[in-house]
Amino acid sequence: MTISEAVVSDPGASAPGSETTPSKPKSFRKSLRRLESAFAVTPFVVFAFAGLGVPALAVIYQAFHGNTGGWTLSNMRLILSGSSNPTTHGIFLIGFENSIKLGLISALIPGVVGVFVAYAIQTSKSNLLRRLTSTGSGVLANFGGINLTFMFVATLGSAGVLTAWLHAVGISLSNVGFNISGFSGVVVVYMYFQLPLMVLVITPALGGLRQSWREAAENMGASSLRYWIHVGIPVLMPSILGGMLLLFGSAFAAYATAATLTLGLIALSPIQIGNFLNGNVIAGETHVGYAIAFGMLVILTVVMLMYSLVRKRASKWLR
Amino acid sequence: MAPRSITRVLLAGATLASVAAIGVTAETGAASGAASVNWGKVTHLTKTGATSMSSLVKAAKKEGHLNVVALPDNWANYGNIIKGFSKKYGIKINSENPEGSSAEEIQAIQSDKGRSSDPDVIDVGTSYAVTAKSEGLLAPYKVSTWSEIPAGLKNPSGYWFDDYGGYVAIGCNTTTVTNCPTSFKQMSTETGAQGYKIGLNNSPLTSNSALAGVQAAAIASGGSLNNVAAGVSFFATLNKNGAFVNTIADASTAQDGTTNVIIWWDYLMANGGIDVPGWKVVIPSDVLLGEYYTQGINAGSPDPAAARLWEEYLYSTTGQNLWLAGGARPAELAFMTAHKTVNQTTLAKLPALPSGETPQYPSTAQITAAATTVNSTWATEVGASS
Repeated sequence: MTISEAVVSDPGASAPGSETTPSKPKSFRKSLRRLESAFAVTPFVVFAFAGLGVPALAVIYQAFHGNTGGWTLSNMRLILSGSSNPTTHGIFLIGFENSIKLGLISALIPGVVGVFVAYAIQTSKSNLLRRLTSTGSGVLANFGGINLTFMFVATLGSAGVLTAWLHAVGISLSNVGFNISGFSGVVVVYMYFQLPLMVLVITPALGGLRQSWREAAENMGASSLRYWIHVGIPVLMPSILGGMLLLFGSAFAAYATAATLTLGLIALSPIQIGNFLNGNVIAGETHVGYAIAFGMLVILTVVMLMYSLVRKRASKWLR
Repeated sequence: MAPRSITRVLLAGATLASVAAIGVTAETGAASGAASVNWGKVTHLTKTGATSMSSLVKAAKKEGHLNVVALPDNWANYGNIIKGFSKKYGIKINSENPEGSSAEEIQAIQSDKGRSSDPDVIDVGTSYAVTAKSEGLLAPYKVSTWSEIPAGLKNPSGYWFDDYGGYVAIGCNTTTVTNCPTSFKQMSTETGAQGYKIGLNNSPLTSNSALAGVQAAAIASGGSLNNVAAGVSFFATLNKNGAFVNTIADASTAQDGTTNVIIWWDYLMANGGIDVPGWKVVIPSDVLLGEYYTQGINAGSPDPAAARLWEEYLYSTTGQNLWLAGGARPAELAFMTAHKTVNQTTLAKLPALPSGETPQYPSTAQITAAATTVNSTWATEVGASS
C-alpha cells in the first residue's frame, strides 16, 4: 500500500494549496490520507537510505578516488586489467568470474532441488515433519561463517571424520576431485544454507497453488505432468526465479564462510575486498577494495535488471 | 631493506642534531612546571623535573587507565605483560579487540579519534607504522633505553620503534613424523613418503606471518626478498605433491593431526606456544628470515602519560624479559645479552640459530611488493594445482 497507489486512485486530488478550502472537505481528507501514508513510509525510506543508499554512495565515491584525493580511474583500470585477453585475465577479473560462477551454481542446484523438497514437505501428511522442517530451515538458512567452516572441515577436511570413514572403505575424496578448500568444497558448503533458504522462501508460494486448480485440470483429463507444465510451474515461476535471485545474491556476496574455508586459494571478489580492508599485509590500498565492491554492485544491478525482465515475462501467465 | 638501511646511515649523522633538539624540548618542558605538562607533546623523559620518570608515573596514575588494541593474551606473553603493568602502577588496561589485525588497529585510532576509548598505543607490522606516521597518526617518543634499540629497528625521530620479533621456523610433531624437516628443500621433495602435512598459520594474502613463510620459502628455493614468486611456486609444488594443507594451522590443528608440520614464527610455536607433546621447533637450515613488530603512540592518545609509561615499561629490562619469556626476541636482546641483564633460562629455551647465517629482514617496500605478488598469483598458481 503505497503513495503511488494513493495517487492513482485519486486522480482529482487537490493541490496542496487548496487543502484548507472548507468547501472541499472530501478532497481535503484524501490529501490528508495521502500525507499520512507518505508519513508512514518515511521511516522505511530513511532507514533504507541510511542502510543501503549511504554505503552505496560511499563505495562509489571511494572507488573513484585515490590515496592522494581527487577523482581517478586508476582503481578501475587496475581491477579490469587484462580484460582484453581472456587467457591473461587479471586476478580481480578472475575473482568476478569465480564469484559469478559460484553464485550461479549455488543458485541453480538448491533452487531446483529446494522446490521439490519444499513440495514434498508441503504435501506431507505429518504435521510434525512440516513444523520441524520449517523451523529447521529458518535456523539452517542463517547458519554460516566460521562455525559452518569448522563443521565441514571436521567432517570433510583432510583429517575429517567422513573423510576417514570413506578412506577406510577405499574411497579417497581427493581422488574424485573434491577439495574442501577448493571450488567444489565451497559449493558443497554453500548448499548447507542455500537449500534451507530456498525451502523457506518457496513454501508460501506452494501454499498458493489451489487444490481446485488441480481438480479442474483433472476434470478436463489432464495428467499430473500436464498439470505441472501448464499450471503449476508457470504459476510458481516468478517465485522460483525470485528465490534463485536471492540465492545468487547470498552466494555471490558471502564472505566469512568462503574466507575461512579457502584462505585465498580461490579468487573470489568478496574475499579480495576483505584482503584490502582487513588484511595485515597490504597497507593503504583500500580504494582498490572499494573499486571491487563497485564492480560487485554493478554485477548485482545487472542481475536485478535481468531478473525483473524475466519475471515480467514469467508473470504474464498470472494476468 | 631500503628504509631501514637509510635509517642506519641517517642515524649516525642525525644523532648530534637530535640530541640538540631534545635538549630544547626538555628545557621548555621542565620550565613550564609540573602542573602544566602536556604529556602528549613530551618526546622523552628528563632525569629530574616535571618530565622525569617519577612525574610520568604520577601523571599516568592520575589518568588511571590505558587503552590497548589487538594484543592477544597468548601472543608474545602479552597476557602477563598487561597484568604486570597494571599491578605495578595500578593502572587499568582496557584491551580492545584482542584478536584484531594491524589494519584494524590503524582503523581504530582513526575512527575512535577524540573519544576516551581511543587506543593509546599500537603494536603493528612495521609497514603499518610507517604508513601511520606518514598520515600524522603517531606522536614521537623515545624511551629511556632508546640507545639500546638497534639503529635499524627504529625511526630516527622516535615516531615508531620495533618491539619484538622472531624468525620463520619449522614446527614439527616428532611423535607422529619420523623424519622432521629441517629445511624448506626437504619439504619440497616430499611426495608422501614422510607423511608431511604442512600448514601455514593463515592466508598469506592477509597475514603478515604467513606471508613471511612464503618469503622464506622464496629465499630458500632460489628467489629472494625481491622475488617472492619462487615462494609461491614452492607452495604450488607442495600442494601438487599433496603435502600442503590449506588451513589456519595452529595449536589445534597440530593437536588433531590436520597439520603435523607448521611454518610460522618461532616465538608463536616454541615455549609452549604449541602445547603438543613432542612438538619441536627448528630454524630452517636454508633461510634465516626475521621480522619485528613495531610500537607507536597515538598522536591523539586520550591517556598520553599512561601511553608513555607503558612504553617505558615495555622497554625496561622487565618488559623485555617478559617478551622473551613468551619466546619472542625483544628489540634490546643484543644489548641485554652483552650486559647480562637477560633472563638466561628463557633465553636458552629459544630455538638455536643456524651458525654462519646472517638474518635477513624484509623492508616495508619488499613486504608490500611481496603481498601484491602473492595476492595476484596465489589463487592461480597454488589454487590451480589443487
